[in-house]
Amino acid sequence: MATQAEAYDELVKGLWKENPVFVQLLGLCPALAVTNSAINAIAMSAATTFVLVGSSILVSSVRNLIPKQVRITTFIIVIATFVTVADFTLMALLPDVHKELGAFIALIVANCLILGRQEAFASRNTVGKAFADAAGMSIGFSVALIMLGSIREILGSGSLLGVSLFGPNFEPWVIMILPPGGFLTLGLLLALFAWWGKRKRRAEAGGAA
Amino acid sequence: MFDFGDLVWIFVAAAVVNNFTLAWFLGLCPFLGVSGRLDTALRMGLANIFVMLVTAVCAWFLNTFVLVHAPYLRLIAFIVVIASTVQFVEMAIKKLSPALFEALGIFLPLITTNCAILGLALFQTNRGYGFVESMSFALGAGVGLTLALVLMAGVRQENDLRDIPDVLQGAAMSFLIAGILSMAFMGFAGLFSGTA
Repeated sequence: MATQAEAYDELVKGLWKENPVFVQLLGLCPALAVTNSAINAIAMSAATTFVLVGSSILVSSVRNLIPKQVRITTFIIVIATFVTVADFTLMALLPDVHKELGAFIALIVANCLILGRQEAFASRNTVGKAFADAAGMSIGFSVALIMLGSIREILGSGSLLGVSLFGPNFEPWVIMILPPGGFLTLGLLLALFAWWGKRKRRAEAGGAA
Repeated sequence: MFDFGDLVWIFVAAAVVNNFTLAWFLGLCPFLGVSGRLDTALRMGLANIFVMLVTAVCAWFLNTFVLVHAPYLRLIAFIVVIASTVQFVEMAIKKLSPALFEALGIFLPLITTNCAILGLALFQTNRGYGFVESMSFALGAGVGLTLALVLMAGVRQENDLRDIPDVLQGAAMSFLIAGILSMAFMGFAGLFSGTA
């Protein structure tokens, strides 16, 4: 029972409290570069989830065999292997999406979120817990990416997943699907969350007093 | 043998038109992490230029001589070779020029696995650049990163003295500044479009 509750904790912490993008500010390069439409965000989330869960399971199952001095190198090679698999799979199954994402699938290797989870969690915990942690972080990452991708697509192209939302009279905010839109959307979302957290804290303090 | 105009164009394109940080979101970690002060930002930029040049040479070597036989090893080979070459070069600099080592300092090992470095190697491969073109591309990308870092540090240093609303402090403000800088850099997009 206890282990189940623990695993559950590892799973949900990645969703909000330690959300990789909004709280830890990790993995920002893919989070901003490929979120100009919801479909790209979903493809990137799927690839990252595969790599993160796969490498976490592998690293945690061989954690006692890796000498301390070469652990980072080992992690990177494990991650690079999974990324290569994801890259070729995507190229074979969804060539259009692969073209759209371009080098950014390969750049998952340099996503500090994944290396960070190996070093901070997977290399020190059992396979089950590492899996829960990786799954939670992946879901948190995916939620953030899809949120960014949807907002940018709705405002920048007036559509969601390619389906037009507002009819022909909508003037798209083209800037939102261009690079500045990524920075501005994330900045405003962070400000919104900070404001929300502050209001909640104030409400709690008011209730106590 | 080489068209000089092409080299200049590659340099300018990498430095401002397709700025690595502001247009491609590469190297965001150092961009947000060390852009607090002007002098650190400048050093980080210099270290980046340096590592990028080393990377370009490594990637060119691997592409030309090794990876033609095993293209599926590209990612792994890039990462391992680039990381270890930078380590070696770092040791060499420490021995040969302690002053330069002091200036680049801790940033050298930190940026080795930065996504801008790997991105440089991948883009260079995808576009099929030769040796000289790669050097020009690496130099342009490095200068572009330095420019973005220094601009960002300048704005943030000014901002320290301003009265910023609570909720915008920290990362949120940095992203908004980056967004505005990125918008400014979009102005370069029309550059050369008449000739290219």
